Amino acid sequence: MPEVLQAPLVVEFPFTRSLGPVQSAFLTGLREGVVLGVRTGDGRTLVPPVEYDPVTAEEISDLVEVAHTGTVTTWAWNHEPRRGQPLDTPFAWVLVRLDGADTALLHALDAPGPDAVRTGMRVRIRWAVERTGAITDIACFEPYDAEPGPPAGRQPGRHTGEFQNPLTGIVAPARLDYTYSPGRAQSAYIDALATQRTVGERCPSCRKVYVPPRGACPTCGVATSEQVEVGPRGTVTTFCIVNIKAKNLDIEVPYVYAHIALDGAGLALHARIGGIPYEEVRMGLRVEPVWTQGARYPDHYRPTGEPDADYDAYKELL
Amino acid sequence: MSKEPVAVVGIGQTKHVAARRDVSIAGLVREAARRALEDAELSWADVDAVVIGKAPDFFEGVMMPELYLADALGAVGKPMLRVHTAGSVGGSTALVAANLVAARVHGTVLTLAFEKQSESNAMWGLSLPVPFQQPLLAGAGGFFAPHVRAYMRRSGAPDTVGSLVAYKDRRNALKNPCAHLHEHDITLEKVQASPMLWDPIRYSETCPSSDGACAMVLTDRAGAARAPRPPAWMLGGAMRSEPTLFAGKDFVSPQAGKDCAADVYRQAGVADPRRDIDAVEMYVPFSWYEPMWLENLGFAEAGEGWKLTESGVTELDGDLPVNMSGGVLSANPIGASGMIRFAEAALQVRGQAGEHQLERARKVLGHAYGGGSQFFSMWLVGAAPPQS
Amino acid sequence: MTREIAVVAFAQTDHRRSTEESSEVEMLMPVLHEVLARTGLRAADIGFTCSGSSDYLAGRAFSFTLALDGVGAWPPISESHVEMDGAWALYEAWTKLLTGDADTALVYSYGKSSPGSVRDVLTRQLDPYYVAPLWPDSIALAALQAQALIDAGHTDEPALAAVGARSRADATANPHAQLKGAVPQGGYVVRPLRTGDCPPVGDGAAAVILAAGDRARELCERPAWIRGIDHRIEAHALGVRDLTDSPSARLAAEKAGAFERPVDTAELHAPFTAQEVILRRALRLGDDVRVNPSGGALAANPVMAAGLLRIGEAAARIHRGASDRALAHATSGPCLQQNLVAVLEGDPR
Repeated sequence: MPEVLQAPLVVEFPFTRSLGPVQSAFLTGLREGVVLGVRTGDGRTLVPPVEYDPVTAEEISDLVEVAHTGTVTTWAWNHEPRRGQPLDTPFAWVLVRLDGADTALLHALDAPGPDAVRTGMRVRIRWAVERTGAITDIACFEPYDAEPGPPAGRQPGRHTGEFQNPLTGIVAPARLDYTYSPGRAQSAYIDALATQRTVGERCPSCRKVYVPPRGACPTCGVATSEQVEVGPRGTVTTFCIVNIKAKNLDIEVPYVYAHIALDGAGLALHARIGGIPYEEVRMGLRVEPVWTQGARYPDHYRPTGEPDADYDAYKELL
Repeated sequence: MSKEPVAVVGIGQTKHVAARRDVSIAGLVREAARRALEDAELSWADVDAVVIGKAPDFFEGVMMPELYLADALGAVGKPMLRVHTAGSVGGSTALVAANLVAARVHGTVLTLAFEKQSESNAMWGLSLPVPFQQPLLAGAGGFFAPHVRAYMRRSGAPDTVGSLVAYKDRRNALKNPCAHLHEHDITLEKVQASPMLWDPIRYSETCPSSDGACAMVLTDRAGAARAPRPPAWMLGGAMRSEPTLFAGKDFVSPQAGKDCAADVYRQAGVADPRRDIDAVEMYVPFSWYEPMWLENLGFAEAGEGWKLTESGVTELDGDLPVNMSGGVLSANPIGASGMIRFAEAALQVRGQAGEHQLERARKVLGHAYGGGSQFFSMWLVGAAPPQS
Repeated sequence: MTREIAVVAFAQTDHRRSTEESSEVEMLMPVLHEVLARTGLRAADIGFTCSGSSDYLAGRAFSFTLALDGVGAWPPISESHVEMDGAWALYEAWTKLLTGDADTALVYSYGKSSPGSVRDVLTRQLDPYYVAPLWPDSIALAALQAQALIDAGHTDEPALAAVGARSRADATANPHAQLKGAVPQGGYVVRPLRTGDCPPVGDGAAAVILAAGDRARELCERPAWIRGIDHRIEAHALGVRDLTDSPSARLAAEKAGAFERPVDTAELHAPFTAQEVILRRALRLGDDVRVNPSGGALAANPVMAAGLLRIGEAAARIHRGASDRALAHATSGPCLQQNLVAVLEGDPR
């Protein structure tokens, strides 16, 4: 049995997140060095400020400014920071109840070691050097041995949440790395393609040949295993002419994207048609694969010159 | 033990737009939910459970976002379920919620579906680069266009039918304040002159990419009796699935769609859908799917659906109006699109559809589909409660 | 009167660190065959099918559509999917059976943690504005919870180690478990949690068949009747919750009738040792209750299937007469945000 294939799969996107008014005020505040909380109907102050009261579900928007100092309510020592985390040297994850707040904020605490951290310890915000309006504008917390006090030069209390150039959104890049493995059946299929053969698998129950094989006959729910070479010729059963260029595809438009029932296959596979003007491609056209050096798949399929197939011969294979 | 009848007593939607830049994801869903509760004149405390649906999590980049949305939807301390059945999810979500009432597990359930496509883009979410697969296409249009061609071949429909559907739906959308597209200067000529993207599908025959949410309050007989406005009654509801690709699959008229409709009609005592059903909100992301689904749902014989479209039967003033709201062609917050169909069907039988209200809407079908034309969910709602 | 519904069959994979040789459907299919074989049912006999899985775990959108290939959904089936642990798929199927629309249901779920880094993947569950940008991984959050529990005086590190040791010792009797026997407690992963306090990372699948009333009695010698099942969610932000308690688990248990009579067995979905301590208190489980005889999630934790496994394991004990009344629990979200409780009973012997 050929080896099962594996390859890296990176799922990465810079998500654009629009903000509601409370979130906008909080994150803009961080940019300006101000920490805002939100007051609930029963008089508690939630930091970070959420848009909806977790108890009553009411929309809440009365903002208050809280201190840059607070108390650790729980902690966990992270000796091996991971990608994207606030510090790249060992640190403590902490929940911090800022002075003036009734709930705790999750962040990192820069401390020399776990022995220097305890629940109840006093900490203060260490601001990031460059601030853009993000939770990471708080670089981390640091130990701060002093009594609760107001933020420098200001009294805690109600805040309008109004700032110059308020933030309306954030960009949240996210990258996850996977190792993709297509499994046994597809690995065998790809392996055969390397020798320019298209090999499907037959269902032991309904006898249909699946190309590409997916490991199971989807109608019978049983494993396919008997390998069957199909093609190389086939019939275009239906198609469309693609006129828009996709960003991530290096294919010139227009081109024909077709369903091709290879001779002997129980269903059509999908491929590009070439070697013929796109406007002359038709249902029933007989085609064969064109391979290019080193490619995993046929580059495209081209006409064989055979007469077109009868509609009745392929109408179940669209 | 018979099932508890299920009534829709509250409906709320956002105004669907390309990008809602003024709200968070929570703010978006909250808006629809609040409007549904206001319609039902209920408060958060009146809701026993929340059932939420959306299409793939990658669209917003939040895994299982219902965890984060629990607070915004007043679900804290309550049961919360999250459904995902691809494009049909909005419909499936409503049916899962309806089952909670029908089974008498809960009296009043808030159900909601959403998509905030502007957080990423659908093209990316649908085309994650899976290794070892040959990249051939991006987006859904190219996937569905060959099936449209197959339908045209099979039915002999003239190639203008697709543009008629788009022209109708965009005009209907002008009467629906929630629709994303309001093309006031739309003409049939403009539709027909729009660029061919995936021949035979033109630009104007495709759906937009939208941010939006839709919510409904479902309740039992007692809840319906207290409702301030007329309820819509669920007369039948079903889901059917078949595999993505298989030998013998009929992409033009999938068996799962036929079976799903047949189940709904059986539950509702509908013998002849063309006669017994007044209107349809169906999931038509590409205009040609209107004639295809008319056949699949039993409103026309195979190969004849386009004749209903061409002769104006599916127009707002026709004999069987289809997509009075403007349909998916006029607003497509993917995960919500199925629920919008269900909700618009309910609005019609409640007489609450505003400018796009039909005069005669006693029984209206809501329809959704997803994946490779493989997941179907439908419900039939009526102005009168189910018999028996 | 409410319809009686029971778990009549259960099957699972051997849970392993990696199943790279199999696609998801290749991993899942044998489990589906096994659970059907236990009842003698064919796929076409099943009235409703419901599954649970996650695109984020797989790294691909619509990943569940390919898993459907293993079911044999032809002719088309009545089917649904939750983007949740399979325990919630079971809940949905239970409601479907209650309506009378179906007499049998196939419930399955699967998760492959091996392709990605599950610690990092789960960060994407968190508040996308205030928390996810910090990438706090699942072990870090569980460690914050454990420290809060230690600070509150409810446990200490040796007690936590004992939970792990007991789970892995019990798992020696579970042929499917991934981590069993004497496992070193190891060093800190994120203090106060050590390797032994954390679940193994692995791939696996589970499947269950539900049946109603007499159908259940036909299909199973001793059905595990679902006497009650309920689930509840809490606020999302960790900072607004009391991490040492699980009010949602307690409420779900109360609604499921768990407190009406004592249970003899509990299968708790506690991936971290400290979470078992929290759940035992919240669910009022005394020392006489056999907790996680299967080894629990500390012995095998295929994400998205681990909750359904708890229901399956509890039911299987009733099937074989090792329990008369069992509690099964599933959790979802950071630090036990969402919890499901089912109470299962066998007929009197």
